[in-house]
Amino acid sequence: MGNVLSLTTFLPLIGALILAIFLRGDDEAAQRNAKWVALVTTVVTFVVSLFILGNFNPADTGFQMVEEREWLLGLQYKMGVDGISILFVMLTTFLMPLVIASCWEVKTRVKEYMIAFLILETLMLGVFLALDLVLFYLFFEAGLIPMFLIIGIWGGVNRIYASFKFFLYTFLGSVLMLVAMVAMFADAGTTDIPTLMNHSFGTESFSLLGVQIVGGMQTLLWLAFFASFAVKMPMWPVHTWLPDAHVQAPTAGSVVLAAILLKMGGYGFLRFSLPMFPVGSEVMGPLVLTLSAIAIVYTSLVALVQEDMKKLIAYSSVAHMGYVTMGIFAVNQQGIDGAIFQMISHGFISGALFLCVGVIYDRMHTREIDAYGGLVNRMPAYALIFMFFTMANVGLPGTSGFVGEFLTLMGVFQVNTWIAVFATSGVILSAAYALWLYRRVVFGDLIKESLKTITDMGRRERVIFAPLVAMTLLLGVYPALVLDIIGPSVSALVGNYETALATFEAATQFASN
Amino acid sequence: METIILFAPLVGAIICGFGWKLIGETAAQWTATGLLFVSAFFSWIIFLTFDPAAHDNAVYTVNILRWIESGTLSTDWAIRMDRLTAIMLIVITTVSALVHLYSFGYMAHDDHFREGESYRPRFFAYLSFFTFAMLMLVTADNLVQMFFGWEGVGVASYLLIGFYYRKPSAGAAAIKAFVVNRVGDFGFALGIFALYYVTDSINFSDIFAAIPDLQGQTITFMWREWDTLNLIAFLLFIGAMGKSAQLFLHTWLPDAMEGPTPVSALIHAATMVTAGVFLVCRMSPLMEYAEATTSFIVFLGATTAFFAATVGLVQNDIKRVIAYSTCSQLGYMFVAAGLGVYSVAMFHLLTHAFFKAMLFLGAGSVIHAMHHEQDMRNYGGLRHKIPKTFWMMMIGTLAITGVGIPLLYLGFPVGFAGFVSKDAIIESAYAGTMGGYAFWMLVIAALMTSFYSWRLMFLTFYGKPRGDKHTHEHAHESPTVMLAPLYVLAIGAVLSGMVFYKPFFGSDESVGKYFGAIVSEEKAEDHANLGFTLIAPAYAAASGDDGHGGDDHGKAAWPEVPGQGAIFKHPDNHVLHEAHLVPVWVKVAPFIAMLLGLGLAYQMYIRRPDWPAKLAEQQAPLYQFLLNKWYFDEIYDFLFVRPSMALGRILWKRGDTDTIDGGINGVAMGIIPFFTKLAGRAQSGYIFSYAFAMVLGLAVLLTWVTLFGGAN
Repeated sequence: MGNVLSLTTFLPLIGALILAIFLRGDDEAAQRNAKWVALVTTVVTFVVSLFILGNFNPADTGFQMVEEREWLLGLQYKMGVDGISILFVMLTTFLMPLVIASCWEVKTRVKEYMIAFLILETLMLGVFLALDLVLFYLFFEAGLIPMFLIIGIWGGVNRIYASFKFFLYTFLGSVLMLVAMVAMFADAGTTDIPTLMNHSFGTESFSLLGVQIVGGMQTLLWLAFFASFAVKMPMWPVHTWLPDAHVQAPTAGSVVLAAILLKMGGYGFLRFSLPMFPVGSEVMGPLVLTLSAIAIVYTSLVALVQEDMKKLIAYSSVAHMGYVTMGIFAVNQQGIDGAIFQMISHGFISGALFLCVGVIYDRMHTREIDAYGGLVNRMPAYALIFMFFTMANVGLPGTSGFVGEFLTLMGVFQVNTWIAVFATSGVILSAAYALWLYRRVVFGDLIKESLKTITDMGRRERVIFAPLVAMTLLLGVYPALVLDIIGPSVSALVGNYETALATFEAATQFASN
Repeated sequence: METIILFAPLVGAIICGFGWKLIGETAAQWTATGLLFVSAFFSWIIFLTFDPAAHDNAVYTVNILRWIESGTLSTDWAIRMDRLTAIMLIVITTVSALVHLYSFGYMAHDDHFREGESYRPRFFAYLSFFTFAMLMLVTADNLVQMFFGWEGVGVASYLLIGFYYRKPSAGAAAIKAFVVNRVGDFGFALGIFALYYVTDSINFSDIFAAIPDLQGQTITFMWREWDTLNLIAFLLFIGAMGKSAQLFLHTWLPDAMEGPTPVSALIHAATMVTAGVFLVCRMSPLMEYAEATTSFIVFLGATTAFFAATVGLVQNDIKRVIAYSTCSQLGYMFVAAGLGVYSVAMFHLLTHAFFKAMLFLGAGSVIHAMHHEQDMRNYGGLRHKIPKTFWMMMIGTLAITGVGIPLLYLGFPVGFAGFVSKDAIIESAYAGTMGGYAFWMLVIAALMTSFYSWRLMFLTFYGKPRGDKHTHEHAHESPTVMLAPLYVLAIGAVLSGMVFYKPFFGSDESVGKYFGAIVSEEKAEDHANLGFTLIAPAYAAASGDDGHGGDDHGKAAWPEVPGQGAIFKHPDNHVLHEAHLVPVWVKVAPFIAMLLGLGLAYQMYIRRPDWPAKLAEQQAPLYQFLLNKWYFDEIYDFLFVRPSMALGRILWKRGDTDTIDGGINGVAMGIIPFFTKLAGRAQSGYIFSYAFAMVLGLAVLLTWVTLFGGAN
């Protein structure tokens, strides 16, 4: 299997093509077929991706299973996987079948809906596997389009506003990244990511418009990439697109958005910012840490007063991504291990929480918290699942949510205790908003007339949640499953970072002498 | 065996919680209870046969599974077995097993649930799950695993407080308990981070070994430099304050009484709330080097003991009285732990577990008899209706108020459990603070303890029946399944003080040997004395020692550095020794305080029942102040809850909506409406199709290049 990476990446696309070309009509049978084709495609993709995991050697910190081809216009097509990226690939392939299964009840434009998700999967996998700047950029940007369509076509009442907000925010962020990429190509003469990782970009300070730029070109490049990734994460204060996008997106769209798309920002920091611009990262690191701490406290407080379930969980997502950026820019083993762990774990947990909202939204067609209350009376299974993921969301030890939070906090404590204290206070606030949401929705007597006939989760819904529960527990009890794989690569990343910084500092001292 | 103790309750919880539909409700309940008794049985075997001298450093570890490993951070799921663990094991499993049994009766019928609703398996599953988490907490060999148990019991507590999910007050109390505990956990977590930062490990053995070298070092934390060990000890203690409901973080405990009464007995009296005391004892090597923090612990413990007792004086809900009593008794334990007499803290923890669980279960029996009436103003004259419960409550009251024969010494003091252990703390407080603040607070608290305990007894069991006549007529004694646990606990409430006196509050040497800090020379001899060992190996260690002896210096001293044994005592810490040498009036003081409290209660509730109302009227401001628990809830609501919500609202409306969306992205926002108009046509399908064609085209191009581009 010499091209297992490409195979995994493009399998969903093949599924999409089959649907686009062969499936005709919009009757019930056609809709069912569309769903089945999509489901089978994603399952097969997952099975194929297991080969990547099987062949992966964690001890090797370089890129593995690399595929390299000539491409048009002298560009190269290059794919590869390392300890940083492999788990994002697995997360994507693991979640997509569940996402497809969760939209089984969709009735409008089913074929196109399935196609959008399949294309989206290809593009997301491409982002994590691309080893060429241009290729990465294509995947990264193209991924916006299907998501834009998913929100804009299958979304809620305000979907047009939300989808454009989403699109513009993320797109504008990326324009700067494109400029930076051109600059990188001009400087290094290549778009090959592994080569760029070994390339030292200029660090000589210079003045720009009267501002002294410490770290020189690296800092500027870093800022350009930051603009794009910070929006994707999303980091405070460019997070406001996310709650709107989530609220308007259909359930499956929210799941993909929260579980996978948000991780691209974090992945970008790890793939580009830290290894390619270590000096820039060091210069701007304190800013990121500060923004992260603000994000955690700020969005947790905002989550406390939300009246819309999805908005509440969306704000909670922003807070959790705050731990990720904080861990990454602590730049030590615990911080980055924790950040990656947190992203993987958040994929399961936030995905499940949005599914939880979806379950009752499907029944009542409202996301307003006040419309619910006392669901436990008629939906015990739902109450149990929702409780489980609520607890996982607040970072209960024994669930995967704890490990990431704990490691990132431990990592950042070694760097800056102020940040650690503010970020740790997030555990209090998260408990408050999450449990309060749960109480208002699930506990209490069931008095609302509209809820008197609500039914508990069906078999299909339970089957969707089962793997998520299993993974959340498994990673919480035995996190070595993740940490063993990412450990060596993270260790190498931190090592290279520190070497680069040492060189820089030695050079600066030499210069100042 | 250790593994079975630990996991039997978890298995029970899973079978009971998920399997009851298959095996039936009753079978599920019995499975959970049976497994808990298995766990308790093995715990007692371990407790009775644990020989500190048989293991290196008087500790052994059972590894189970790898856990979090990241860089130099390495933690396993593992069981650390030493004397502290062994003590906690019997406390937890015994009380838990008895509470399981008791719940068969107590939870048999519950008006909070409708006909045909199955709530019992859920209840038993929660109880068993709680027990598992609590065992995890005490068996942990590193701080993170302890944190797992710490938060695990928090969740179990949350679920059980909110067990009557239809009651809004129960839901509110559950959240309050969890969130207030999280405030404590916030400190605990920071303490763990700091410890890892300075010692590069979070395993107890490594930490303990590293601590002496950290003396006098400083660490930058937020705005200034702090003494490393004091700071860490303080952060960890914040965790302990939350879990053990000490002043400022105590507000959740009284509200937690919303849960069913067996829960209060197990979690909010005997086990979970003592976790903070256990933490301080477990971290004794750290605490011994953190003088400023331990002084604070003593101060706060003494203040809590006093504060909670004052509130307990005027409460009318029978469970709330006992809850404040628990809060107050925990203060006693913290005073002992803060003074460095960890064995005494553990002593009171042990005896308190028996008599307080008993009082709660007894109160449950009263509530059961009175059809879930909890207001003592509606009780009265119940001793004839429910005599067995009455006698059990009497034993519990005698134990908590500290009835015994002062100054009589038969190798051990003679009295109920609370008499021995509470006096040990008060004597230590006198010795440790030179008769200072803590000592007087505790003596005054002892007086109030006696008053509110007897007030509870008199209001409930004496006088004329008050309240609903019908309820009184139908008051009935509880079934055997509820009384049997009370009988067992009664044995502990009567005897545990006397039996365990020497190993916990004997001479330096007997305590040192029991906790493994002093390695016995005559190990072989102890082993020869098998019959004795079966009763309690401690006696073998302590034999030949008069307990009050002051001649143990130089003979077998406590180690100079941490590492050996379950608790550590700084070479300069002589409180344990000096506590035996306090003046006679100090030894008698708590007894006199008890008598005064009893007399006062008798006067006010038996002889002149009209006095309390008059007094309340006369001293209305004071009465209201106490009745409203010093207004802590109101103050917190004003200081924290409302501002948080208000701030959240401001950040959302003013911050997100106005400033960020309106300001920074003003440009983009200006463009959006234009696009929105354009997109109106998207509905019709044109743009939709174009966009699709675009994406598909791009995708096909990529695929084509991938598959065929490489051929060139």
